[in-house]
Amino acid sequence: MLSSQTSPSRVTIPPKLASVLQVTPMALVFLALVIVPLGLIFVVSFLDYNFAQVFPELYLETWVDVLTSDLTLALYLKTFKFLIIVWAITAPLGFAIAYFLAFHLRSNWLRTLLVTAIAIPFWTSGPIRMVSWVPLLGREGVVNQALLGAGVIDEPLGWLMYSEFAVLVAYVQMLTMPMIATALNSMAKIPPSVIQAAQDAGASEWQIVRDIIFPLVRPGLAIGTIIVTTAIMGDVVMVKFMGGSQVNTVGMSIITDLNAFMYPPAAAKSILLLVVVLSIVVSLLRFADIRKELRN
Amino acid sequence: MSSYTRTSRKRPLSFYLLAGLTTLFLIYVYAPMACLYILSFQGPEGGMSFPMVGWSTHWFQTLFSGEGQGLGDVPSAFQRSIRLAACTAVLTLVISVTAGLAYRRKFPGSGAVFYAAIASMVLPGIFVGFGIALMFNLLGWQVNWFTSGIGAQLTWTLPFGLLIMFIVLGRFRSSYEEAAVDLGASASQRFRWVILPIILPGVIGIAMAGLTSSYEETARTSLNVGMGNTMPMEVMGLLNAASTPVLFAIGTLTTLISFSLIILSLVVVSQLAKRRSMRTNA
Repeated sequence: MLSSQTSPSRVTIPPKLASVLQVTPMALVFLALVIVPLGLIFVVSFLDYNFAQVFPELYLETWVDVLTSDLTLALYLKTFKFLIIVWAITAPLGFAIAYFLAFHLRSNWLRTLLVTAIAIPFWTSGPIRMVSWVPLLGREGVVNQALLGAGVIDEPLGWLMYSEFAVLVAYVQMLTMPMIATALNSMAKIPPSVIQAAQDAGASEWQIVRDIIFPLVRPGLAIGTIIVTTAIMGDVVMVKFMGGSQVNTVGMSIITDLNAFMYPPAAAKSILLLVVVLSIVVSLLRFADIRKELRN
Repeated sequence: MSSYTRTSRKRPLSFYLLAGLTTLFLIYVYAPMACLYILSFQGPEGGMSFPMVGWSTHWFQTLFSGEGQGLGDVPSAFQRSIRLAACTAVLTLVISVTAGLAYRRKFPGSGAVFYAAIASMVLPGIFVGFGIALMFNLLGWQVNWFTSGIGAQLTWTLPFGLLIMFIVLGRFRSSYEEAAVDLGASASQRFRWVILPIILPGVIGIAMAGLTSSYEETARTSLNVGMGNTMPMEVMGLLNAASTPVLFAIGTLTTLISFSLIILSLVVVSQLAKRRSMRTNA
């Protein structure tokens, strides 16, 4: 660790105090813009309201409504359905592609090129990525034209775009990349000698993947799963556009309340969403120590 | 790495299967974007899907002249977004680098700030955005791009800045700094001449990540920017209003801009790395 013994003429700050001072700006931002608003949302969820106004009076009906309505259950089931399907596709896909990049490619520059190619779409604009599905999946899109031309169908498929299917297509396109990245990060830390030893002992490729690589990559996959979970549970933009305002999820129902100035129900639903997301994240964090994962 | 190739030069079957899978994935990711770029050069009579009805730059001209087509105010939304992104990037840079340096030692509250950062990152964006707007509402303050707008974006960019600093400093060898201490360098000299040159690529990475994620962010920003739309909000509005290839022209242009930004930062980072390796070899 660093010593604080500089020349006696200078004013010295104890190292711990220096650290506290250095972290203060960030701490203040999180305090003022995350923790205080979180507390406010919690308080507002218990208040009475009518159109566009919130009264400082205790009102528990909002919570009773949110917690007992069938609609809440249906919304969560729908959101979890998306989450499970997307996870079941992106986790194996991300693992397989990361495995290919880490263990099968011979040339380093090809690996760098492929990783960059996979990462770049992640940096392009979200709305633009969504609208780019229209020429492919739309009524007159490439897929429908091809299927019509091949005589597979007689009229264009309507469910390709502005549907649950379209939402899933867009989610998988965006969320495979974090899975690849986190799995690749874990794989890069596996010493080649370990694989070599297993090969020398006569292990098959499948045995190596199952018994050595997969257990070591589990923390990476857990972090990838956290990213996928928070992205889907909190998403409103993708569902709204790709679902053509036909698909309702937890996030969409909060937006609907906000647009109607119904703050207490929006607050109660947000708190519930927060509790659900954080419990998933906390249970996943058992598999991975984020700070350790970031070190080499 | 590439362990399966060390023992035998012959590729196993799994190589070809996985190579095929990776190729299919890249097609899946890039095909829609490719269609969008091609269709943005659609002729004036053409629509939002193939076939191409001639080639033209008609839709780019429409975009720049801003006439009709249900086009809101793309140029001013773009300006607003760039301004917001620049401010957010600078603040993210300064705050994350200072906070990252703090984490070189153990200090009281380090866990709390770290978990606040993780919470800020995993909280649903609409939740954070709503909370900040609600706070401003209760305090009787107007939401504004340079107060609540930048603030809302910082809750999204700072956690990434801190994580990048962890990666950068995880590779930093403290012996360099200890050597500087032994030679009698002051804290500011150590930062200016030892730490900063080594972490500079990471620092640029933080600024770029701040810039791009600010430019993209909508969930937290939309309730907090006040008057006028940011670029992604404007595009979202257009998605519902305009049904002409002008949307694709916007897509091609914004992609060009973000690509130039990415390439620019990659060039700067690799130049820095080259300069450093030249210096250490000399």
